[in-house]
Order: sequence, then structure tokens, then C-alpha cells
Amino acid sequence: MTEQRKTFNHSMVYVFQQALNALQLGSIYALIALGYTMVYGILTMINFAHGDLFMIGAFFCFLIAFYLKLSFVPTLLLSMLGVACLGVIIERLAYKPLRKAPRVSAIITALGVGLFLENFTLALSPYPKHIPPLLENTTWTVGSLSLSSLQIIVIVLSLVLMLILDFIVQRTKAGMAMRAISWDKTIVPLMGVPVNKIISLTFAIGTGLGGAAGMMYALAYPVIDPYMGIMVGWKAFISAVVGGIGNIRGAMIGGFILGAVEIMVAAFFPSTYRDFVAFTLLLILLIVRPYGILGKPQPQKV
Amino acid sequence: MTKLSAAYFALLKHWQTLTGYKYFWPVFLIAGLAFCAAASASEFLDLYLQLILIYVGINIILTVSLNLINGYMGEFSVGHAGFMAVGAYVASLLTVHVFPPGAVNILFPLAILAGGVGAALIGFLVAIPSFKTRGDYLAIVTLAFCMIVKSVLENIDAVGGPRGLLGMEKLTTLPWVFFWTVLSVWVIRNLVYSNFGRGVLSIREDEIASDLMSVNTRQVKIIAFVVSSFFAGIAGGLFAHALQFINPRMFDILKSTDILIMVYLGGIASISGSIIGAVIYTILLEILRPLGIWRMVLMPLMLVLLMIYRPRGIMGLREARLFIPLRDLVTEKLWRQKKKEAPDASA
Repeated sequence: MTEQRKTFNHSMVYVFQQALNALQLGSIYALIALGYTMVYGILTMINFAHGDLFMIGAFFCFLIAFYLKLSFVPTLLLSMLGVACLGVIIERLAYKPLRKAPRVSAIITALGVGLFLENFTLALSPYPKHIPPLLENTTWTVGSLSLSSLQIIVIVLSLVLMLILDFIVQRTKAGMAMRAISWDKTIVPLMGVPVNKIISLTFAIGTGLGGAAGMMYALAYPVIDPYMGIMVGWKAFISAVVGGIGNIRGAMIGGFILGAVEIMVAAFFPSTYRDFVAFTLLLILLIVRPYGILGKPQPQKV
Repeated sequence: MTKLSAAYFALLKHWQTLTGYKYFWPVFLIAGLAFCAAASASEFLDLYLQLILIYVGINIILTVSLNLINGYMGEFSVGHAGFMAVGAYVASLLTVHVFPPGAVNILFPLAILAGGVGAALIGFLVAIPSFKTRGDYLAIVTLAFCMIVKSVLENIDAVGGPRGLLGMEKLTTLPWVFFWTVLSVWVIRNLVYSNFGRGVLSIREDEIASDLMSVNTRQVKIIAFVVSSFFAGIAGGLFAHALQFINPRMFDILKSTDILIMVYLGGIASISGSIIGAVIYTILLEILRPLGIWRMVLMPLMLVLLMIYRPRGIMGLREARLFIPLRDLVTEKLWRQKKKEAPDASA
């Protein structure tokens, strides 16, 4: 009896531990997916450079922590700010001239910008970098469950950022303008909404969140390289689609779902099957619900 | 009516006498094949240049076949490298493990063909979700498919797993590449200008409307995906036997991005555009090789500038006259003339 109980407790602890890991990974995916989904909602354009802005966030974090030797909070704020500025610059230079062009050329431009960011970073720093530890990583043990302070910080911080974002979008005037633009692009400018400013703001917020995610990812998995944004970026894009692209709450849910699926697969199968199972599940979900979990099927007319 | 038929005959005459197009294709094919055979038999082109030409051919096959889905049908498939991987692995397994070593040379086309058929079968599977999903969601389906292929290949130890597959002989020669490239361009060009091709175009313009106009959209989608992935598989087989080494990481999303860039650089819905895009991209990357890593910085920058100043790519939605059937040229000419006579009627 006691033996059984022990194994039961042990497996419960294991599940809980993995759930924490899933929350950590999921919150990072969710933060990046938010950037995809916000830009999509407002421009109906997939910003494929977003994953690479996430990578730039991690590199800014490295530069600031390594050369300026700032502590955690200023590093976070500065790298978010830096990535947000970069996002706005990219939007102004590369995407704005293409707003009236066919959708696909904007997508290809985004792919081009992403490749540019990757290879530019690679040209400047040819080898993977190690992030200096910014935080004292203490591990608390509750029973046989171990909690690391880093994990808690990543989860809490992303939840706080998401709450702030939700507040901005739902309660402020700028957020109202964002929702209005995603609702109707022809009427809203006539109502006196400064569309260009709002689009820039959306880019700034979305990429800023991506930068924050990059920093947290770099703290959690402290080796960074210029190509780290590709896989994570595509997975975050998948989270956005799973939640229903264009839908902010959907992106958060999608991120947590994908994080949970990946961690669970890695926990119960050989870890090389992780991508395979995760993507197969995604395919099944998309066949069952072709518009994502919270997405609404668009009315089709001739 | 007499005026119209007079215009038809005038054009016919113009077509045959002035341009000499009647002899262009036979001359081009014979000269091209002779050049390729001479180049691979003697050494007047060094092996490096030959390899570049082989890559150009493979990239043309990939680009033209992806253009069928992304350009003519208007979908956004990002999994082309996955089909390529299937073709590469099937063909390589056949030549390395199945075929008797002495007869590999003769059986090589069979291996390539088998790679294409394998990829086509997978393409059939990918076509099924495309009945219901479109746009970004279909992009995700194809992306997921590409990742699944890579992940499966990494987990099968019999094909080398993440280490990859070795031991192919260098069977991809310039004449073979020329043959397969011409075949793929010919097949896809004929498909696009056939009755079936009109169905493909109508799906791009409006899927529901074309469904209502009795286009069998499911059948059209299946055929388009199968043909496209068949040629991607062919290209994969050729690629594997040109490089003599493959591993799953070669066929990841970056490879798909490369093909996408060639398609949109050349322009959508244009055979000549695809050829131009593939040639320019491949050769430019080689010319810029002395720049080292900075060429990979320069290329995307040029792509972005091209997209800003020419959003439709080099030949977007246009076609070189060489690839347009005479029938279509005449129709267009008649249509223009009609429009000139009665400008309001066609508007």
C-alpha cells in the first residue's frame, strides 16, 4: 500500500513538474505568438521576421548584460525597447511601402527581412554565445517537487505582460483604435484614427513582447545563436494559428497548448519524437477545426 | 467576322515567318542536349561550373513545380522541401541498397522516377486537407508536413537518422538534369494552358465561384498537388545524386524558403518567371561567394528592395511569348481588337 502510494506521489510530482515546464515554454510561445497575431489582426500580414526579432531580443539581452553589466530589470526594459524600435523601423522601411501590394509580396518581404536579421547577426557573431546569469537561480524544494526561481519569474512575468497587453487592447483608446482597424480598414481612417501611428504602435508592442520572450528564453536556455529564432518563431506562429490567428486571447491559449503538448511528448516519449507528435496533433486539430480554437470562420461569398 | 479571321491569318504568318519560333524549340532542345552531353563527356566546362548548372536545373524544376501551387493556384505552400526530401530518400535508397551495383547507371532514371512517385503519393495526402482549409491555415498544414517528414527521417535509423545517407554514386549528370528540367517545364506549361489549367486559375481567382461553374475543385487540387510534388521529388532525387550525401536537415524550412524566394523573385503564375528567378538566384549566390557570409546578408536585402519596387517579382502574372500557345495568343489578339472596336462592350 505504502509502496503504491509512494509511486503514485512520485508520478504526481513528475506530472506537476512537467506542467511547470510546460507553463514556462508555453508562456514564451504565447508571448511570441501575440506579436504574430497582433500584426495579423491589424494588417492581415504574417510577419515572418518576428521569430528573428525574438532572436534579436536575446542578443540585445546578451549585449546589455555582457558589456553594460546591468541588472535584470533594466536589461529587460532596454532589450524590449531596442527590439520595439527595430520592429517599428522594419515596419516603416520594409512593410509600409507594400501595404497596397499583393499580400504575398509582403510575406516574402518579411521572409527576406528575417533572413537578413539572421545572417547579419551571424556575420557579426559567428559562434553561439553564453548569456551571463542575470539572476540568482535559487531552487526551492517543496516535498519532492523542485521549483526554480527562474521558472517562476518567467511564468509570472509573461502573465503580467499578457495582462498589461489585454488591458491596453481592451481598455485604452489606442487599443480601441487597434480593434477598430482590424474590424474595418476603409472606414476607420475617415473617423480620424491615425492609422499609421496605430500600426507602428502595434508593431512596437508586438515586437517588444517578442523581445521580452527572447530575453526570457535566453535566461532559461542560456546558449543563444542567430538561428534560434527560426524554429521557435515557426512554433509560435503555429500557436497563433491554433488559437485562431488575429485573436489575441487565442494566441495565448495556443501558446500554452503547444508548450504543454511539446513538454508532455518529451516527457513520455523519446525526445526525438517531440516535433513529430506535436505537428501531427496540430494537423489533426486543423482538420477538425480549420479556423483555430477561437477563430471564427470567415463568411465566404462570391 | 472576315476582319477577325484576317487578323488570325496575319498573326499566323507573323508567328511563323518573322519570329522563327516554329524552329525555336527543336533547335533549343537539340542544341541544349548536345551542349550538356559534350560538357559532361569532355572537360571544357570544369566540374564546378557543371555542378552550378546542375543546381540551376534542379532549382528550375523546384521553382516551376511550386509555382503551380503558389502562383497558378494561389495557395501558399511552404512545404516543398518536404516533398523534395521524400524524393531524395526514395531515390537514394533504391540506388544504394536495392539496385544491383553494376546496373545502377542504367536504372538511375527508374530511381528518380520512383522518388517522384513517392513524393506524389505524399502530395496526394497533403491535398486532402486543402479541400477545407485555405490561405494561412493551409500554409501551416504544409509547414507541419515538412517538419513531420524531417522528424520521421531523423527517427528512422535505417536511413541514417540525423546523420544522413551516404554512398550514392555521382549519377546526376548534366544531360539528365537537362532532360528532367525540360520535361517538368513542358508538363507544367501544358497543364497550365490546358482545360485543367483554367480550373487551377479559377481556383485562384475565386474558389466558390469556380465550384459553382462546375469546376471539380477537389480533383483539380489533387492533380495540382500530385504533379507539383512529383516534380519536387524528381528534383530531390537529382539533388541527392549530385551531392552524393543527404541528411534530414538539408530539407528543413530554410530550403523551402529558398524555393519560395525563387518563385516570388521570378514572379507568380509565370513559367518564364520561374526559370528566370531560379537562374538569377542560383547564379547570383555563386557569384557573390567571395563575399563569404556577407552574401547571405546582401541577398535578402536585394530581395526586400525588389519586393518594394516590383511587388510582383520580375515576371509576375506575365509570360514570355515562347511559352504561350498560339491559340492563346490569337485569342488575346482578337480580344484586344474587339476591345478597340467597341471599348465599352468588354468593360
